Amino acid sequence: MIEVKHFQKSFGSKAVHQDVSFYVRKGECVGLIGGSGVGKSVILRSLIGLEKPDSGSIIIDGKEITQLNEDQLFSIRQKVAYVFQGGALFDSMTVFENLAYPILEHMNLNETAIRKKIFTILEELGLKGNENVLPSQLSGGMQKRVGLARALMMGPEVILYDEPTAGLDPFNTKRIQEHILKLKKQGATSILVTHDMPTALAVCDKLVYLLNGKVEASVVCSDIYDNPNDSLMKFIEGELA
Amino acid sequence: MTSLIKQFQDYSFGLLKTTEQSLVFVGGIWKLIENIFKDTFKGKFYWKLLSEQIYIIGWRSLPLIIITAVSIGMVMSLQFGLGLEKFGGKLYVPKLVALTIIREMGPVFTALMIAARVGAGIASEIGSMTVTQQIDALRALGTSPIKIIVIPRVLACLICLPLLVALANLVGNAGGLFIGSSELNLDPHFYYQKVITTITFKDYFSGIFKTVFFSLFISIPSCYYGLNVKSGTKEVGQATTRAVVMASILILVGDFFLSKLFWIFEKWI
Repeated sequence: MIEVKHFQKSFGSKAVHQDVSFYVRKGECVGLIGGSGVGKSVILRSLIGLEKPDSGSIIIDGKEITQLNEDQLFSIRQKVAYVFQGGALFDSMTVFENLAYPILEHMNLNETAIRKKIFTILEELGLKGNENVLPSQLSGGMQKRVGLARALMMGPEVILYDEPTAGLDPFNTKRIQEHILKLKKQGATSILVTHDMPTALAVCDKLVYLLNGKVEASVVCSDIYDNPNDSLMKFIEGELA
Repeated sequence: MTSLIKQFQDYSFGLLKTTEQSLVFVGGIWKLIENIFKDTFKGKFYWKLLSEQIYIIGWRSLPLIIITAVSIGMVMSLQFGLGLEKFGGKLYVPKLVALTIIREMGPVFTALMIAARVGAGIASEIGSMTVTQQIDALRALGTSPIKIIVIPRVLACLICLPLLVALANLVGNAGGLFIGSSELNLDPHFYYQKVITTITFKDYFSGIFKTVFFSLFISIPSCYYGLNVKSGTKEVGQATTRAVVMASILILVGDFFLSKLFWIFEKWI
């Protein structure tokens, strides 16, 4: 479903990614982990064309996307949703308008269907009653959940999560985990960038550990303690940045 | 000798950096204009966003433009009156004030005021949207930030600035008339008649025509600087300052060349 091959990206003189390769099968959830500044979010942004790699290729559903322009990326962006770290909600719109935005732009639904779709997802994410509120009036955790809700409005096949549980209390972290698992059961393919190891281990099938611009380890979650990778174990135990 | 070489190296490096920045700016502006043209005639048009921007840029700038234009008209009338009185030329005040306002002061001062109010607003708003990833979110949701953010602002400037200048011309001359009659003891009817008989369509058109360029000088660099904010509130502030400075320079320098162009054009016809 998703294949990243020999991904290289530099910012100025700093080579962030030297040679990153990994793949994600259809319906699989892969956790992209690593220390701060290792470029996890850059890879995630590149998967939806928000960044261009210096070299290497990204194949989604058999289509090479690194050379596509904004118009050509449109078909990819209809299939792939991005859940931004801070929600990235449009601050001049209410929660309802934020959620209605992608539907009004790309789908041909009547008002009743739009309202039903929005109220259902708001209820699922524990946001009922906040539809007429501006993002600035919501807590950080609620903004994240609205961001997740907006990303799901078009029924994407692939969901890219950028730190979905960072800064959330345990109750809301669990709620997000449950929602990720629910979407996985429904067949969504996902990539999760996170520092939250309990969440990564709870929802992911595989972990890809980045270190020094390369994939240091790629392990199936169920085998993580059976065939331990030294660096990965140190990272999980907080002994390696 | 070593210090001389070092100085030369620093100077060369600075010159190269400035040249690079200028080329990046020109290239970026060109690319933005290209995208604006491409996206304006493609897909659906956001009338609601355009009307919102017309309200913000045009309607909400009215008090600022009225105060500025009245003040300019009044001060020009007063200064011309005091200056020309010594030579017995007080009767030329209406002509001078009207021509100066309609050909130069009305368009230039209105554009500068809009650059300060609207240009700064556009750059800081778009800059903040960039920092909070709202621009990325627009792209990730399969929509074009150019269509949704840039085009409504550019078009609103193109629609509002000529109208604001027309109003500034009217109000500025009214300010001149007020001072002419109250301070210079000129008959208001005489003042009015002089203004009406002096101003030709060419004078009026040359002033209004400039505003098309001024609108672009304000809106496009402001959008460009806003969209090119990379991170942090500090950069938003810098983008805002750069947008206002660039718009002001383009308006003042552009005004000279546009005036010259019109002068040639008027002689030609």
